[in-house]
Amino acid sequence: MARGRIRARIRRSHLYTFACIRAQDAELEEPHQFEGPGYSRIVYCNEPRRHEKKPLNYCTNYISTTKYNIITFLPKAIFEQFRRVANLYFLLAAILSLTDVAPFSALSMIAPLAFVVGLSMAKEALEDWRRFIQDMKVNMRKAKVHKGNGVFGHKPWMKLRVGDVVKVEKDQFFPADLLLLSSSYEDGICYVETMNLDGETNLKVKRALEVTLPLEGDTGFKNFTGKIKCEDPNPNLYTFVGNLEYDRQIYPLDLSQILLRDSKLRNTTYVYGVVIFTGHDSKVMQNATKSPSKRSRIEKQMDKIIYVLFSLLVLISLISSIGFAVKTEFQMPEWWYLQPFVDSKLYDPTQPALSGLFHLITALILYGYLIPISLYVSIEVVKVLQAMFINQDIHMYDEETGTPAQARTSNLNEELGQVDTILSDKTGTLTCNQMDFLKCSIAGLAYGTRSSEVELAAARQMASELDGRDSMSSNKNGADASEIELETVVTCKDEKDQKSPIKGFSFEDSRLMHGNWVKEPNADVILLFFRILAICHTAIPEENEETGAFTYEAESPDEGAFLVAAREFGFEFCRRTQSSIFVRERHPSSEQPIEREYKILNLLDFTSKRKRMSVIIRGEDGQILLLCKGADSIIFDRLAKNGKMFEEPTTKHLNDYGEAGLRTLALAYRKLDEAEYSAWNNEFLKAKTSIGGDREAMLERVSDMMEKDLTLVGATAVEDKLQKGVPQCIDKLAQAGLKIWVLTGDKLETAINIGFACSLLRQGMKQICITTNTDTSAQDSKEAVKENVVMQITNASQMIKLEKDPHAAFALIIDGKTLTYALEDDLKHQFLNLAVGCSSVICCRVSPRQKALEADIGVGISGVEGMQTYKVLSFLQAVMASDFAIAQFRFLERLLVVHGHWCYKRIAQMICYFFYKNIAFGLTLFYFEAFTGFSGQSVYDDWYMLLFNVVLTSLPVISLGVFEQDVSSEICLQFPALYQQGPKNLFFDWYRIFGWMGNGLYSSLIIFFLNVIIFYNQSFRSGGQTADMSAVGTTMFTCIIWAVNCQIALTMSHFTWIQHLLVWGSVATWYLFLLLYGMLSPVYSGNAFQLLVEALAPAPIYWITTLLVTIACNLPYLAHLSFQRSFHPMDHHIIQEIKYYKKDVEDRHMWTRERSKARQQTKIGFTASVDATIRQLRGRLTKKYSTLPPQVAMSSPS
Amino acid sequence: MSARRRPWRDCLPPPSHHPWPIGAPARPVDGSQSKEEAFRSQIDPHRCVESSLVRSGRVSDEIGASFRRASEKEAPIRGSQGDSPPLCKIPATKACTMPREIFGDSRFTQQELPACKPILTPRWVISAFMLVSIVFIPIGVASLFASRDVVEIVNRYETDCIPQPSRSDKVKYIQSSEDKTCNRTLRVSFLLLLIHLGSVYNMFEYQVPKHMKQPIYVYYQLDNFYQNHRRYVKSRSDEQLKNSNSESDTSSCKPEGTTANGSSIVPCGLIAWSLFNDTYSFSRNNQQLTVNKKGISWKSDREHKFGKDVYPKNFQNGAIRGGANLNSSIALSEQEDLIVWMRTAALPTFRKLYGKIEVDLQENEIIEVTLQNNYNTYSFNGKKKLVLSTTTWLGGKNDFLGIAYLTVGGLCFFLAMAFTIVYLVKPSCTFETLAKRNWLHTFDELSLKGAEGLGRRLGKVSEGSRAWWWRGLPVP
Repeated sequence: MARGRIRARIRRSHLYTFACIRAQDAELEEPHQFEGPGYSRIVYCNEPRRHEKKPLNYCTNYISTTKYNIITFLPKAIFEQFRRVANLYFLLAAILSLTDVAPFSALSMIAPLAFVVGLSMAKEALEDWRRFIQDMKVNMRKAKVHKGNGVFGHKPWMKLRVGDVVKVEKDQFFPADLLLLSSSYEDGICYVETMNLDGETNLKVKRALEVTLPLEGDTGFKNFTGKIKCEDPNPNLYTFVGNLEYDRQIYPLDLSQILLRDSKLRNTTYVYGVVIFTGHDSKVMQNATKSPSKRSRIEKQMDKIIYVLFSLLVLISLISSIGFAVKTEFQMPEWWYLQPFVDSKLYDPTQPALSGLFHLITALILYGYLIPISLYVSIEVVKVLQAMFINQDIHMYDEETGTPAQARTSNLNEELGQVDTILSDKTGTLTCNQMDFLKCSIAGLAYGTRSSEVELAAARQMASELDGRDSMSSNKNGADASEIELETVVTCKDEKDQKSPIKGFSFEDSRLMHGNWVKEPNADVILLFFRILAICHTAIPEENEETGAFTYEAESPDEGAFLVAAREFGFEFCRRTQSSIFVRERHPSSEQPIEREYKILNLLDFTSKRKRMSVIIRGEDGQILLLCKGADSIIFDRLAKNGKMFEEPTTKHLNDYGEAGLRTLALAYRKLDEAEYSAWNNEFLKAKTSIGGDREAMLERVSDMMEKDLTLVGATAVEDKLQKGVPQCIDKLAQAGLKIWVLTGDKLETAINIGFACSLLRQGMKQICITTNTDTSAQDSKEAVKENVVMQITNASQMIKLEKDPHAAFALIIDGKTLTYALEDDLKHQFLNLAVGCSSVICCRVSPRQKALEADIGVGISGVEGMQTYKVLSFLQAVMASDFAIAQFRFLERLLVVHGHWCYKRIAQMICYFFYKNIAFGLTLFYFEAFTGFSGQSVYDDWYMLLFNVVLTSLPVISLGVFEQDVSSEICLQFPALYQQGPKNLFFDWYRIFGWMGNGLYSSLIIFFLNVIIFYNQSFRSGGQTADMSAVGTTMFTCIIWAVNCQIALTMSHFTWIQHLLVWGSVATWYLFLLLYGMLSPVYSGNAFQLLVEALAPAPIYWITTLLVTIACNLPYLAHLSFQRSFHPMDHHIIQEIKYYKKDVEDRHMWTRERSKARQQTKIGFTASVDATIRQLRGRLTKKYSTLPPQVAMSSPS
Repeated sequence: MSARRRPWRDCLPPPSHHPWPIGAPARPVDGSQSKEEAFRSQIDPHRCVESSLVRSGRVSDEIGASFRRASEKEAPIRGSQGDSPPLCKIPATKACTMPREIFGDSRFTQQELPACKPILTPRWVISAFMLVSIVFIPIGVASLFASRDVVEIVNRYETDCIPQPSRSDKVKYIQSSEDKTCNRTLRVSFLLLLIHLGSVYNMFEYQVPKHMKQPIYVYYQLDNFYQNHRRYVKSRSDEQLKNSNSESDTSSCKPEGTTANGSSIVPCGLIAWSLFNDTYSFSRNNQQLTVNKKGISWKSDREHKFGKDVYPKNFQNGAIRGGANLNSSIALSEQEDLIVWMRTAALPTFRKLYGKIEVDLQENEIIEVTLQNNYNTYSFNGKKKLVLSTTTWLGGKNDFLGIAYLTVGGLCFFLAMAFTIVYLVKPSCTFETLAKRNWLHTFDELSLKGAEGLGRRLGKVSEGSRAWWWRGLPVP
């Protein structure tokens, strides 16, 4: 409250000329006429009790995003589980296992299924529980609610009812959709940040109705009542239709009175509002469509493999059942020992077709081992663990805010490794949205000695190159010359200020600071420059009670930076009234600051179309001045003939600034005489009060008349600070081969600015703008517009083709509307080709819907206040809905290049291996079956098969999926180009998949036939006994266990004790199981009774066979791998080898060279900007060097 | 240029902090810390200060020392040179303490557990292949020798033991009740098959006389007999075999569970029912050779699987008679023929132990076999063979194992040699390969893919257009 009082309560609407005008004529606005369905909601303001009965009993403000509750969990989760085709198949198999058809006992079918489904359900339950906890956190947030008699008290959000009057204070979220009644501002406006809704960072102005403005202070609501009739809950964020019945009058309501849930109150001390929509009725909740569960590309491909395997399954089942039918019909009658004609439903020689049909089912179940039942559950477990690692990565932990990275869904981990295009949102994601006043050019002289980040980096690099040259050549003069050159551009800059840095101000130049400007040649111009900074704006000052310093609530951060700069120069903007601006001017001549009043006569607002803003003031001396700031091109067009004094040097400076990645504005003024002004003002007033659609156009035209014949004063350069680490991150991402597209809802110019800010655009890049002319598009037919687009695209493509300069880079800037044309079927090839030819692509004016369409993976940045949201990688979802949340953009590098890379390879290898092992195992069943007259008998004990997928081979795969690292994280970061293995899909292409399948096929053949031949009919024990089915089966199974586990050990390239434990532990488990199983009563263990102890372990042939088969199975893979490593090594092989031989230590030059080579071709990003700057500097240097003798150059002062 | 002049060399830190000579060609890239140390310090959680320093510097490592020099603080420029901090201090964050507390100071969660990272370097590959061949070839030789030590006499008798007149309808003969005694003679020798590929394809059999050391195992071998048929395998009741109380537990024995009047058969099931019933007796020089039929089954089967108090009951009483009958006064645990038979074979061709002859047989000795040819293999054209064989540590005669070992061992040797030659000719990949490889050469093609994917989602690109990028071809 105290702060509120200090802030001048101004009617802000007076400051705005046309952007924010409240329509004065109330009679123009009629209450909305609506009736019928869709508009039935009635809200009794401040009478929440009336909403306790039907039909007004609306839903509570309790929200729940959980999928299940305690009762529905079981049926729903089970249903979800069996929606998976594979699980359904196993369910059917389990059901059939209760009949005679099944080749296995019912238990061995049901147990793994129950295990797998149970595990998945446990995971679901855990995830849902987490969601519940999160919901409860939101539900328990406190809100101030009117409890009656003008007393407000705290209540949890979930207890809010429709009709409640709530008070929301600064920086709080709105608990429900509210109707704004009044605010701390006199005219009932408030500022709202809707980042959670649409991701836009700029503040939106909301205005209360005039009639509710008197409702002020807590007590004012004692007797407040009203009735709102409005639309029913709907998901449309941008419309609202309703009427307020208050004081027996009906007033229309629209969106500008509605405060939406999950948006935030900004720059406003408090607001009062009435709850209209609660909980799930609120717009944001209505909008929260159930996010379709996303599946990664790998998983989609995996489905295809499963189809392949299913077809294989069906094929061999068919072969088997045909074989069976034939055998049954022609041979079985001869097999008297089977008593073929007695009691034989399934083996009826008289009905071979029917038997064959039954057998088909049997075979389908039998060969089900081709389809890994535990695949899905293993992948899920692995992904959860991977997500855990992502969450716990200390390098992605933001210590400032204390937020770790967060993988919200674990479904897409490996998709992180396959990203090819990053769609990033605008400012805020990449930049801090904080502007620092860095340089200026006044009266043709450049001030400001600090360097922008781009310049700094260029200097560093040049210095290092210079060092290199120093050592090689002793060209003293050249070195000196470049030194000089370096210095004029760059002065060593401190990374961290000793003195406390002033937010928004990093200007440094003693010529202007501390009042020294008076001594400069054009002191009067400088004075004017500062005054423009201090006056020409729409900000409001706010005084800090303790220090007396002012902070400013500005519309844009640029303006804030200007005001801070003006303050630092001694022109402190301190007060604003309806008509005046007060500036405390500190002249070096006088000790005390003088407070000067500037009467604001008019304020011509900034619009994107105008690209400038002006104020017309009357100074204390009565002089009327028009002060104008705006985009340089606009201002330069409007200069008076005699106002171009500094145009040439200023233009040069502006170019320099632009090169250095700064945002520039030009400042100008015009002196007006009284008569001229009053004549113009009349027109302006006329335009202002005119009614009708063309009012704005008129205002614009009138303003235009005034803003001409300007005199140039100077230019400002503001640095839009990139977020920490962003340039490096973009750099690395560019090296990793990722395309970065910036999509923004902003206007073209803003978008370009952002492109510069985040190094996606740089000076010297050829910009290709493809737009549709907005003026004509309305009238023009669609065809004409399209033709226009086609022409632009063709021209641009032609331009790229004809470009000769190898360093030339192109940037494509396209607006959303054009994009829809460009992506139509007949054009898209051309367009995409063009897009690919360009180094960066910026899409502006993209509609939210277009944005939302393409999110493959959403990554949100969870920022300072918990919910601040940005979007990366299709950063197009709020954190709440995003798949990954990171605290800083720079963590994206690690998220993608390290975790994405790892996860991709892990999952890919894991799935390949899964199919390998199941094919290797499943096919042995088929071969054996062929030897049993296709009768569906398996050579293995039921228990072996039950354990195969669930216990004996699952943990090593999981360890592969969780812990595998082809190269360590440091190397991943050093060689971002390694990341390309993901987008190129090198580890999960069909070649590789079929390779693994072939390996599985080979292994199955080796395992089966070696065993069968070795154990054919000879005694295998020294006691003369021959091997029976259980002995053969067990040996074969031992071979499988060894072979697949050795295979995975070969596949792994990173062994910690965990991998060792799991891989070799699995093998040990098999022997342990066999031992224990053999110790059970023979009633349970059957022929496996004491098998290991008595028969197999003492028989050398058992061990010898195991060794032979294991080695024989793994030989081809080993050979292939060695061959590949020596003839076609993959990138990570080479790097592994370099690290292994410590070549990077021994041969540092090479290492450095290779690493820098990896980034040579990137055309965007920080490095590219730096490179370009260096090229330019060199160019200039040679020029200078040729024109000036070295001595002169050396001694030339500034 | 209006900016004030400042000799940038002033930014240099005091020389003591630069241990390498300025401008020296091969100085460590990472400042005074070697790269390796830098890595280690990143990995080591306790050296966090350095680690964050290194990490922040990592981005432009290659710029290296000069990077630092150029970005030196302003302090040394303006004031005294000596007492300013020498290195560009990128502030060491507290990152190390705080999150470590949250996440637990764990190398596990940071995925930095100590690990061995075996990579298949040439030396490794060659050693591995050599090792395999060194291990495999001796084993192969040993098994081959063992296999050659085995003397095996095989006599096929299913046709010969049917009198000439009955051979037209063998099934009828075997099902008849006439006496089926059949005499065979065996010579103690070793059967060697030689295939002569001359002008004519010829196969010769040579009988190599060989001494047979006891014990000599007697087997019968059946052919085309599907003991592994599912209907057959399942038709048994382990419960019933073990336990006299579970006599009625015959549900799994279909169709040989109960007699026609419903009383249960012990042992039930098709396996027992079809018990092999040919018998052999051997004599040498008209002297009977005893065939020991004790201990031919698995010990655990005798002792635990087949009950000592379970006696055959209702066996072979049904309408159709299967194989052998059992003496109902001998407990199942003593009926070793049954026990052996009940261990169903894995393949349709199998041998089962019949008994042991516990005397040595001399070279070229003639053994007279009197056999009762009772078992019907004629319905399904199954062969019957009588086999006498000795065993070694490896078991019976098994050339295949040795050959397989030699093959794999030889292959590995060959591979080892091949790789050795390859590595001699073409030593290592590493930098040279890396240098040849243009890291980014495929980026453009790739981004085409990316753009296509994006386009599809933005503008619903039709399916037909996918072909061009899928094949990696330029768009027409």
